Amino acid sequence: MEPLTQLDYKLLLAVPLIPLLGYVVNIFFGRKLPRQGDWLLTGGMFAVMCITVYMFFKFVGAGGFHESVAEGGPAYGWLYSLGHGKADGLNVVAGILYDPLGAAMLAAVGVVSFFIHLFSMGYMQGDRRYHIFFANISLFTFAMLGLVLADSILFLFIFWELMGLMSYLLIGHFSHDPDSPRITQAAAASKKAFLTTRVGDTCLLFGMAIFYWKFQTFQLSELWALSAEEVARNGGEYPAWMTVGGLFIFGGTVGKSAQFPLHIWLPDAMEGPTPVSAMIHAATMVAAGVFLLGRCFPMMSPTVLAVATTVGAFTALFAATIGCTVNDIKGVLAYSTISQLGFMVAAIGTGGLGLVAGLFHMVTHAFFKACLFLCAGSVIHACHHEQDMQKMGGLRKKLPITFAAMLICTLAIAGAPLFAGFYSKDRILQSAIQSWATGFGGASAFAVIALTLAAALTSFYMFRLIFLTFFGEPRDHHVHEHAHESPWPMTTALIALALGGVFAGKVWLRDFDLLGHHTWFTDMVSADTLYPGVQLANQLTIDAHTSHLAHSWALGISLTVAFLGFSLALWIYGLRRLDPARITARLGEVYAAVARKYYVDELVNATVVRGTSALSRGLTWIDARLVDGVVNLTGSFNRGLGFFSAGFDNRVVDGLVNWVAYTTQAFGAVARLFQTGRIQQYVSFAVAGGLLLAAGLILF
Amino acid sequence: MGVEAYVAVSAALFALGIVCIVARRNILYVLMGIEMILNAANINFVAFNRFNGDGLDGRMFAIFVIIMAAAEAAVALAIVLNVFHLFQSIKPSEVDLLRE
Repeated sequence: MEPLTQLDYKLLLAVPLIPLLGYVVNIFFGRKLPRQGDWLLTGGMFAVMCITVYMFFKFVGAGGFHESVAEGGPAYGWLYSLGHGKADGLNVVAGILYDPLGAAMLAAVGVVSFFIHLFSMGYMQGDRRYHIFFANISLFTFAMLGLVLADSILFLFIFWELMGLMSYLLIGHFSHDPDSPRITQAAAASKKAFLTTRVGDTCLLFGMAIFYWKFQTFQLSELWALSAEEVARNGGEYPAWMTVGGLFIFGGTVGKSAQFPLHIWLPDAMEGPTPVSAMIHAATMVAAGVFLLGRCFPMMSPTVLAVATTVGAFTALFAATIGCTVNDIKGVLAYSTISQLGFMVAAIGTGGLGLVAGLFHMVTHAFFKACLFLCAGSVIHACHHEQDMQKMGGLRKKLPITFAAMLICTLAIAGAPLFAGFYSKDRILQSAIQSWATGFGGASAFAVIALTLAAALTSFYMFRLIFLTFFGEPRDHHVHEHAHESPWPMTTALIALALGGVFAGKVWLRDFDLLGHHTWFTDMVSADTLYPGVQLANQLTIDAHTSHLAHSWALGISLTVAFLGFSLALWIYGLRRLDPARITARLGEVYAAVARKYYVDELVNATVVRGTSALSRGLTWIDARLVDGVVNLTGSFNRGLGFFSAGFDNRVVDGLVNWVAYTTQAFGAVARLFQTGRIQQYVSFAVAGGLLLAAGLILF
Repeated sequence: MGVEAYVAVSAALFALGIVCIVARRNILYVLMGIEMILNAANINFVAFNRFNGDGLDGRMFAIFVIIMAAAEAAVALAIVLNVFHLFQSIKPSEVDLLRE
């Protein structure tokens, strides 16, 4: 394995810098550029896409692990002069980490971001803050690209935070538009997203601090090696503090990747423009949480992984059930994202193959989820910003390209064979089953059941979306009559991403290994290539037989449940054999609870939001009464002291000074008598003095 | 005749000079008193040189003092002219600007 050349490193360095430069240019001069500079940023993203894909094919086919600090590539010392390896104190070096995971993710982000930019050129046409939108979305991409390339957890965190900020600005994009009908909702949603993810960010910061406290480094490769050493020293068991630190880092994932109970921000993030939703849900933001788990996997103790599995599997099922009840086309996709993220997190929790499967799903999901969102955007665009699926229907003839792309990606997310999602989801189930069979504990058992149900529901709610939107009779003729296919930049993006939805998992046209015993991602990424030379203590050894058996089971289960979900959707929404209203009536309270998102938002409002308000009111009272009282008391006391001090000054000090002056004056008045100015008198005094002196000398 | 006689003459002359300076009402007499004091000093120089020394030091000093006195008289008379010009009087009792 050859190290990267300096040119390769420069190309990688250019990847985040191009969108950053684009941001700077567009934020200052965007308004004056022709077409408000969208071609500039989209062109820049095109270059980024070319570089990332080129680098991907150039190096990653052979596998490899590259770290610029160790290989003499670009690395920049910060708080410390640039050095190699571990040093004392604040050795913070920013460099590039380019490994199989980074390569795959970078290429996915590059491709998806470019097409989202392209799509935005059509979708955002005529927006009041068009150039700012492009600048922000470009900086958002910059943050994600930087996060993927960061070789130290500190810089990962910096880009992580930058992404939080950009998501805030982009979700709240319409909150600056006085003509927008949803201006207050947009403002509230952006605040909610920012504050909710902040909980996770704080956890991540604590986690980083704990690991830094023990290991004195932020470099990821050093953290892995030191974690492995620490575990080996502890007799193969993870020490308790690593469990705590790992849980905190996992908290970061929970916030960013919208896992229960911090998932509440993601559905509200739909208030942003659709390309932003696509960005947040596919390539950036939520993927960052899963990516973080991939980067920190060797530091996670089995306990943390079990927690991750449980939380992930629960989130997957939980969000999938909500997804079945939502009528907002973007809302369905939002809950499907939460659910799919649950799959990824649960998979990584099962370790080994699951780690690879979870990350694989993250990459394939980026393509088809971006495509789904852009399709939804295209539908919304066509229907003049109508988002309610109940008012759509029969759009398949009006929007043929959108329909085709959306159908492909729905098949991909549902896990239909030959589509991208099939290969990755298959492996997630396989990993859960085999770790259950090998005795990884109750978490895996729960994961198998929950993920199976969630997979069935995924298929159901996605096809529900397809049937409601594109099939059947148009339910709102006004909407239907004005619907039209979107302009070419949008449809190009849809077609390209739909191709990703087909082939991102496996280019089966090449070898016709249709069931995916080998896929590019699993061939390239494994625990060995991700963390070279690190002895992982947190995963099971699974024999080939179990693995093979688990794969067969997973295949059977995933195909069955996908088909079941599809059939049910077809039965209810496609063929209309059952009236959905009757089912909801039969379910009664249960349906109401699901449709209200299990009252999580209400619960959070009642506890956290109210609690915070009450706390702040209490603190205001303390501030106004106690603190101000103390301050005022101090003020009065000082005033009194001032009066006393002034009196002392006026009487005593001034008196003393005046007394000295009066005394001097009195003496002067006496001495003045002798100063007549007459020379003769002076001479007389001198002579008399001389005589007296002489007389004294003679007499005594 | 011993040195005491010369010293006595000198002392008398000195005393007269002092009295002249202190008591007279005309500034020219004051100047004369100063001359008398200088000459009393000259007598002392010469007398002590004559009786105690063997060089010419004392007499040389006396000559210096005479030259000094001439210079002093020239300056003093110029001052007196200015004083008269300023005060229209040459009475020392009326020249009391130093008091201020």
